[in-house]
Amino acid sequence: MSQLKCTPLRDFHVAHGGRMVDFAGWEMPVQYRGILEEHKAVRRTAGLFDVSHMGEVDVRGPEAARFLNHLVTNDVGRLFPGHVLYSPMCYPTGGVVDDLLVYLRGPEDYFLCINAGNIDKDLAWIQEQAAGFNVVVTDRSADYAQLAVQGPNAPAIVQSLTDVRLDLVKYYHFCEGAVAGVPCLISRTGYTGEDGFELYHPAAEAPRLAEALLAAGAPHGLELAGLGARDSLRLEAGYPLYGHEITTDISPLAAGLGWTVKLDKGVDFIGRAALAAEKAAGSAKKIVFFKTGDRRIVRSGSPVLGPAGEVGRVVSGTFSPVLNEAIGSALVEAKAAVEPLSVDIRGAKIALHPVKPPFVPLKKS
Amino acid sequence: MSNVPPDRKYAKSHEWLRLESDGTATVGITDYAQNSLGDITFVQLPKVGAVLQAGAPFGVVESVKAASDLYAPVAGAVLAVNAALDGAPEKVNQSPFDDGWMIKLQPANSTGLGALLAADAYSKLIG
Repeated sequence: MSQLKCTPLRDFHVAHGGRMVDFAGWEMPVQYRGILEEHKAVRRTAGLFDVSHMGEVDVRGPEAARFLNHLVTNDVGRLFPGHVLYSPMCYPTGGVVDDLLVYLRGPEDYFLCINAGNIDKDLAWIQEQAAGFNVVVTDRSADYAQLAVQGPNAPAIVQSLTDVRLDLVKYYHFCEGAVAGVPCLISRTGYTGEDGFELYHPAAEAPRLAEALLAAGAPHGLELAGLGARDSLRLEAGYPLYGHEITTDISPLAAGLGWTVKLDKGVDFIGRAALAAEKAAGSAKKIVFFKTGDRRIVRSGSPVLGPAGEVGRVVSGTFSPVLNEAIGSALVEAKAAVEPLSVDIRGAKIALHPVKPPFVPLKKS
Repeated sequence: MSNVPPDRKYAKSHEWLRLESDGTATVGITDYAQNSLGDITFVQLPKVGAVLQAGAPFGVVESVKAASDLYAPVAGAVLAVNAALDGAPEKVNQSPFDDGWMIKLQPANSTGLGALLAADAYSKLIG
């Protein structure tokens, strides 16, 4: 077995009762006190997540803007300093290499956040595509740790540790400043559907910042939250997870992320031709979200049945602690998406009721 | 450290069985099992009257992580099931040895009980 990678907070997690598991080659806490409790804490008060396994990349140089607009499907040209953009990054086929956040720090100075499981693949891809552009691409993943404070009480908690006026940092915006004395890129983003912040900071400072946030958050009901709650929160919010709703074979259009594919941004970005053709013809398969009205969890990989047989597969499934029923997403043949769908769970036919996500009202600012 | 009450017998598959004074047996899963499973979201139990074979699956317990079979510690007929778990499966997490009980059995015979572990042996197993 290969050695698992650790974040700078590995000992912090163990000391706080984290149940450590292998996630994409990283030793990470799946839960502390329990997934359902942690999930509810994020919806009601606040949760603190270690997401230091995520990758960070600097893209700098005179052609950084032009390069990134070639690399990703969303329109980097619309960014201004202090703004964050969500975008897929596609292959020429229209399949997805990864989804990422693009930060514009200043002229010719961009910062990317990419998925932990894709760091090596993404860097190789980005470096390869950068040939011919006057840019410097630098892997900063080992330099940065990242803590996410998410939930309705997140602004009060982070504000108590910084002089930065957080009310001036709007959703999908960021600024740089000290939190508990630790220099941070303070990003008003998240993966839970709640208001909150993602704090990028020097890896060595992570234990100090985590303890400071935990202490400052205690009077505000802050709970440590693991990857289990992170997954059920993102699914309730209807957010895609790479490897599930978006993959090498599932385009952003099929995944319902058409708003992130700017065919008319005036740049022949990678995947544009394939995505334009898919948009014109309609996606052959599409991602549908569902709830069941039943407590039995519909597991990823389960066949989805239409009136005439199998029409697709479940790609994400969990139990919604807010709705108290199973929720999930499936990749199905587009023509079947309007038909009654079901799955078989241990001999019982469970109807899938289509839902336009999010499953719960989002309170992001 | 998991709780292992001394007043019952244990299967290696982490079910407990308590022999009652009227000769019936109550069955559930152990504290160790519920802790390993994490938050339990669904419990599927047999119908009253079902006849169970020792070691055969009698139901399913689901957590966010996975669905796991439940195994009958002894052979017998199902006398009652804990219907409260339908709407509140979290009782298995909160009280695995009491409110989270699963089924009551009429054991087919007493010979099967000998194959089960005493509390100290089960404690060693999960050590």
